[in-house]
Amino acid sequence: MPDVHSLVNEFVIKLNKRQIEGSKMTAKLTAELLRSFISQQRLPHSNQAGALIDAVKAVGEKLIAAKPVELAAGNVVRRVLHIIREEDISLTNAAVGGLNLASESDDEDGNDEYDRPVLSASAVAAAARNALRPPSLQTLLEDIPHSAAVPHPSSSGGDSEGKSKSADKNSMTRKLKHNVIEVVNELIQEISTCHEQIAEQAVEHIHHNEVILTLGSSHTVKEFLLAAKEKKRSFRVFVAEGAPRYQGHAFAKELATRGLQTTVITDSAVFAMISRVNMVIVGAHAVMANGGVIAPVGLNMVALAAKRHAVPFAVLAGVYKLCPLYPHNPEVLLNELKSPSELLDFGEFSDCLDFGSGSGSPLIHVVNPAFDYVPPDLVSLFITDTGGHNPSYIYRLIADFYSPDDLVVRRKSAS
Amino acid sequence: MVAKKGSRGGTVGEDAGEELSRVPLQAILLADSFATLFRPITLERPKVLLPLVNAPMIEYTLAWLESAGVEEVFVFCCAHSKQVIEYLENSNWLNQPNFLVSTIESYNAMSAGDALRLIYEKNVIHGDFVLVTGDTVSNMPLTQALKEHKERKKRDSNAVMTMVIKQSKPSPITHQSRLGTEELFMAIDPETKELLYYEDKADTSKGTLTLDKTMLLDRSSISLHNDKQDCYIDICSPEVLSLFTDNFDYQHLRRHFVKGLLVDDLMGYKIFTHEIHSSYAARVENYRSYDTISKDIIQRWTYPLVPDIQFLQNSLTKLERRGTYRASDVGLSRSAKMGPFTVIGSRTTIGKHSEVSNSVIGEDCVIGSNVSIDGCYIWNKVNIEDGCRLKHAIVCDGVTMKSGAVLEAGVVLSFKVIIGQNFVVPAYSKVSLLQQPVKQDSDEELEYADNSSGNIEITLPNTADVLEEELRTEVSDLQIQAASEVGGAGFIWSVGEKGLEEEWRHSVAPISADRLVEIIKSAADELDISNAESNILPPSGELGLDSGNESDDGRDDLTHFENEVEATFLRAIHENVEEDHIILEVNSLRLSYNLASTDCAGALFYAMMKYAVDTPHGSAGELLKITDGVIGKWEKLLKYYLLSLDEEIEVILKFEEMCLESTKEYANLFSQILHLLYDKDILQEDGILRWESEKEQADESDKVFVKKAEKFLQWLKEASEEED
Repeated sequence: MPDVHSLVNEFVIKLNKRQIEGSKMTAKLTAELLRSFISQQRLPHSNQAGALIDAVKAVGEKLIAAKPVELAAGNVVRRVLHIIREEDISLTNAAVGGLNLASESDDEDGNDEYDRPVLSASAVAAAARNALRPPSLQTLLEDIPHSAAVPHPSSSGGDSEGKSKSADKNSMTRKLKHNVIEVVNELIQEISTCHEQIAEQAVEHIHHNEVILTLGSSHTVKEFLLAAKEKKRSFRVFVAEGAPRYQGHAFAKELATRGLQTTVITDSAVFAMISRVNMVIVGAHAVMANGGVIAPVGLNMVALAAKRHAVPFAVLAGVYKLCPLYPHNPEVLLNELKSPSELLDFGEFSDCLDFGSGSGSPLIHVVNPAFDYVPPDLVSLFITDTGGHNPSYIYRLIADFYSPDDLVVRRKSAS
Repeated sequence: MVAKKGSRGGTVGEDAGEELSRVPLQAILLADSFATLFRPITLERPKVLLPLVNAPMIEYTLAWLESAGVEEVFVFCCAHSKQVIEYLENSNWLNQPNFLVSTIESYNAMSAGDALRLIYEKNVIHGDFVLVTGDTVSNMPLTQALKEHKERKKRDSNAVMTMVIKQSKPSPITHQSRLGTEELFMAIDPETKELLYYEDKADTSKGTLTLDKTMLLDRSSISLHNDKQDCYIDICSPEVLSLFTDNFDYQHLRRHFVKGLLVDDLMGYKIFTHEIHSSYAARVENYRSYDTISKDIIQRWTYPLVPDIQFLQNSLTKLERRGTYRASDVGLSRSAKMGPFTVIGSRTTIGKHSEVSNSVIGEDCVIGSNVSIDGCYIWNKVNIEDGCRLKHAIVCDGVTMKSGAVLEAGVVLSFKVIIGQNFVVPAYSKVSLLQQPVKQDSDEELEYADNSSGNIEITLPNTADVLEEELRTEVSDLQIQAASEVGGAGFIWSVGEKGLEEEWRHSVAPISADRLVEIIKSAADELDISNAESNILPPSGELGLDSGNESDDGRDDLTHFENEVEATFLRAIHENVEEDHIILEVNSLRLSYNLASTDCAGALFYAMMKYAVDTPHGSAGELLKITDGVIGKWEKLLKYYLLSLDEEIEVILKFEEMCLESTKEYANLFSQILHLLYDKDILQEDGILRWESEKEQADESDKVFVKKAEKFLQWLKEASEEED
């Protein structure tokens, strides 16, 4: 136990000190951390799911507080919570199904008196959940286990597998934990392979002799472009350099070494070039519930330019980047101001930053935000590992992956 | 603590065999600045625990060392060592994985030198180590500097230290850096980055710097910098510790150790520099740098060591627009205004219509209504009542300011001081509950005295106890006096005369515009004096000042001398000084300016003529009459100096010069006055004729006056012929 706690603390400190960069890395590490946390968690005999959810929430709260701007950590925590709930329900359903075959949710209250307390608690939870659950596309399709509409069984397969494996249910204790860990493993798998899933769709979006514009550097975008290249599509790429980190330079180099015709432009030239562009393809830091995007700084400008010239603006995002929260004051609250030294040299400006004269307040302020907020109406398409989606569809997608109870990750005792 | 240290020492010793393969990176953190610049605050709390933007300074240093990959830190505590150790024990630092923090306690270390000697005796350092003080704020990565240091060490075993520097331009007006330290001059070999010269106490008034020319013997160029800031981060080889032990008189890291090594040719030890560009490093040395670094932190130069990132496990602070940081549970009144670049700690409440800007406010503070706070650093649990006004002040924990109190710029209120109602604390004053030690070290250079601070501070309460009974009456008297002093509780510390003069340099308050104007003026005056006659730029180096400059100096001196003589003469006229006395004075002036007696004659004559022409007069005839009178009166004085022909010619030349330049009114009277002087026997015939013959070779333009005096000259010649 102390082992896990020290692991959690170490991770929190790392997040805190900004030693973990990038949403993908954060998501993966968070999922792995939660897996080992769950596997070492000892569960009581009654209300196991509740206890586990509480424990995971406690960890999640810490992770989110450590770096609020890194939404992926929170997303993964919510995903794991959702998985626990799903597993719990499927186990309960199976158990209920096994005990009284014809039981309906209405009758379960009556069962309480003679059933085991464990069962009753989870049954009530299941009933409540069924009532709360919005009629999402996936719920409707749940009855058809392996339909074509669900492209990746890994992301939604929890229910069916849980159902199939619930045949032997002698010890629910190990069952729940085992199932949860299995699905979390799938989640980790999904996080690490999502860019492949996204890249598979590249040919559907990139056509011959097109000009693609992107900004800065994104692993997903790179895979996407290269996948199209491998499928013998010939197209050109404009790379905006992405000041102040200039990751676009390295990105362009990488594309060029892989044989893609690449042009580097400054960020400020985007508007001038956009009329020659067929499609803008960019990565994202996070996708909010309203379809807005938190993305590297400069993208809002690119999106506006694309809108002005009616160029499609596609955002590539793995499902783990979907955040079930709505952005409120995103320019400030979902932003991270980095060191001004990325913009200008401290030594050169040191005489302007002398507080020893004048009013004592500096005359030069340097603001270096890491992210931009792109409102949903500027985005044409989200390409996720589950396929392409409209910004207005994001909230439905979120309902599939997150449980509404977990939107606020906070332990009930705390509130 | 001691046992722990011992055991660690043992294990390290056993591992000595593996040491060659891989030595963990160690650091020595001096948790004592061995200076008194933060008094009176440091009498009660060690400097490293003072909050800097709501986190103790040592937190910044430790957080940086940890993130930079240091694996073992020895915290050397001296003054208030108990407080430092207690703090570390309550923090998470002592049980971090991969980051060992251990403390070394000393009661009698007087300086950084003593501290390093003690650490050497403990034998805990086994490889290259990082030497920092506990007040360093940085986010620089150490890898590059370490790599450079190790490579140099491999090539040259005498490269014992790498000093981290950063560009920072000093103010041209005050000659101090933005951190409030003196302008620093460094000579660096541009190729090898070797440090050749280090001077932080250069005499800027002279404008010259003397370098040893041997520096240029075996290198093609050196670069001299005044825009580099010493970050006080040193990467040292273990030899540094033994060097301190060998040279037991080394006290100060820079003043003794660095300069000592640079001057010492025998051992041949070398110090190198590593300049950082994109990362930040600075050390809190005085109140000025406290202010500057706080603002740098708020402006995020120290990212990721900024208030909204919780490197310290404090409460959640959010960054809002215009650089304001607010803890989640701040009670800000609806009408209170929170200006830019402000940090407000948790559980602090601010009343109606109060305004806060450019300030840091700690935790659990209560600030009333209509309070104005600008550029202040308010620590924890401070109570500020309604209508107070604070400007550029530091207010320590537990201070109470009664309503209407005012803090002027640069005030420091130490712990738990109470400021009475409507009391105005004058600018730059320091108020403490503790009395000022009688033996006050006015200058921080007095290291030995400074470092007794540790002892004084520790024994202070005890002595107070012992003496309490005897001094009860006296103390209570003092308390009353103290109470009246600030209208509450506390003593206003007096500053030494020199201190007061220099106080503004190191204060938290920005240097006022008046003061800057004053400095510019005095600097300009100095320049004026040196430039007055020469019209030559101030010497930029010592070379190339040979003959040309000397003659300039000579002319300078002559003008000064003439002015002095004139002043003396005028005084003589107005105060009826005797001739003998004037002669005495003029002679002494002559000696002090190192001039010939011919100059005296010229100067004196000049003074007389000037006086005559300055006397109100109407026509030229009147002027002639006045001149006659003046010369007649001081005839004897003038004659005293006209010993030979040379002086006479000098007088004529002077007169000529005057007619041409300063007093043109004489131009038309030239001949008459020359006659007059001849009549009075001041000028001899021979002298005048010699002047004429000297002028014969001169240009036409120079002969104007010879022509004017032609008649007189002819008359003279005829007269002499007749005599013959």
